Amino acid sequence: MTTRIEIEDLAKHFGAIKAVDGVSFSVSKGEVLGFLGPNGAGKSTTMKMITGFLSPTRGTVRVCGYDVLTDPISVKANLGYLPEGAPAYADMTPDSFLHFIAEIRGLKGSDKKKAVALAAERARITTVMFQPIETLSKGYKRRVGLAQAILHNPPVLILDEPTDGLDPNQKHEVRTLINEMAEDKAIIISTHILEEVHALCNRNVVISSGKIKFDGSPQELESRSRYYNAVCVNVANIEQQTFESFLSSLEFVASVEPLSGAEGFRVYPRDGQQITAELSEKIRANGWDIDALHAEAGRLDEVFRSITMPNAESK
Amino acid sequence: MNMQNIWFIMKREFNGYFATPVAYVFIIIFLLLTGFSTFYVGNFFERGEADLYPFFSLHPWLYILLIPAISMRLWAEERKSGSVELLMTLPVSVFEAVLGKFMAAWAFTGLALLLNFPLWITVNYLGNPDNGVIIASFLGSLLMAGGFLAIGSCISAITKNQVIAFVISLVISLIFVLSGFGIVIDFFAGWAPQTLVDAISSFSFLTHFDAISKGVIDLRDMFYFISLIAIWLFANALIVNARKAD
Repeated sequence: MTTRIEIEDLAKHFGAIKAVDGVSFSVSKGEVLGFLGPNGAGKSTTMKMITGFLSPTRGTVRVCGYDVLTDPISVKANLGYLPEGAPAYADMTPDSFLHFIAEIRGLKGSDKKKAVALAAERARITTVMFQPIETLSKGYKRRVGLAQAILHNPPVLILDEPTDGLDPNQKHEVRTLINEMAEDKAIIISTHILEEVHALCNRNVVISSGKIKFDGSPQELESRSRYYNAVCVNVANIEQQTFESFLSSLEFVASVEPLSGAEGFRVYPRDGQQITAELSEKIRANGWDIDALHAEAGRLDEVFRSITMPNAESK
Repeated sequence: MNMQNIWFIMKREFNGYFATPVAYVFIIIFLLLTGFSTFYVGNFFERGEADLYPFFSLHPWLYILLIPAISMRLWAEERKSGSVELLMTLPVSVFEAVLGKFMAAWAFTGLALLLNFPLWITVNYLGNPDNGVIIASFLGSLLMAGGFLAIGSCISAITKNQVIAFVISLVISLIFVLSGFGIVIDFFAGWAPQTLVDAISSFSFLTHFDAISKGVIDLRDMFYFISLIAIWLFANALIVNARKAD
């Protein structure tokens, strides 16, 4: 694995406000890092520092080995960046806009034409290439921004909320595009849409109040949920009370609670272990018929809340 | 400094003027005003001389009003729409961006100035003017326009609001022109030491443009405008760097 982005002790203070306060992580080729956090947590500020738009109060950023403070032009040449809100030159058409970007990126002649055509095709904007950007819908504007970011096939992609404000179909298309490119790039995506953790990312960093609160795989993030590996179960032809006391008596069960709005119980395992198979075996051994039985995945919204708002009730 | 980047940015910015009706409105108003000032204020016919002095001599006053309208959008709009974040994360330096945008505005002004060619045809039809003088005056006027544009471009980086950029640029341009105006000079001449009076008047566009508008190209006047442009554009780059993310 080759490390493409290295961030050490990065901080940005605006007066007394510590927008980013000592963030360190690195991203390698093939990684799609989902940068999660509530609004105002410092996601965008961090991304602006990586791309050289903001200069950090302290700390270092290296992209493909180039330091953003000493060699910003090389850093910028090696990354594609979709800023928050996908700003573009509103009075240009996507065609002339992408040609401008291609020229600035040093592409010439047939390479330029090919790059523009490929980026337009991948971002699925070929049908609107000659309409002024200001007349396009939000989804198309976002995709024009995406086309601009991927145009020069950069080794590093920084995408600030690439799916914000898109409809479900557009979200799906953008995610497909990112997944297609994931293999040979290092990608950072900021989002507060938790479903994207699974749809896009193979690693997550959760940031809150300018500090990193979590850094790991989506599975690890889920395993922080108290619902992780919990099992919802119901049996037919048996008193609910009898069943509950039976479940509580099992040695691998930590606690049991009745499901709201349905018959049955949610069983929490000890130490987050998988208990589905064991549980169904024990129930069958009693000769009861299983009505429903399924393991739960972790609930990311709950984990997200407990990580970013540790003082709030996690219910 | 990558010349190609400057060229690409200039090209984009220049075309940007024509993407909206602004460019056409501006050029038409500019031509109306130059025509009006040449014939009515400058008494082109009554003077009975085959030259374009009435045309050129009033340019400082036209530029006070019109150049801020060209320069106001250069950075203010970029910052308001957020596209400055895009531009400044492309592999270009801030100086390349500042120069590219300035050159675009300058080229646009040059185009508007060139479109006064019917005046040149008229004066050549009516008499035998010294066309060398006219070319020298044209270049001098363009150089002075660059001075106004550099001020306007720098001011445009201070604010996201184009109207504020326009008004402040207009006021600063006015100060630079007026400081050589007779009334202002007389006001100081009564009590201030002669060196101060000279210093104030030497900062004026009028002082340096007067000779140029008669076709006399003095290196000191050229140096004045070129260094003025350089200083304002340097300040422009510093301001863009400091305020781009605000």
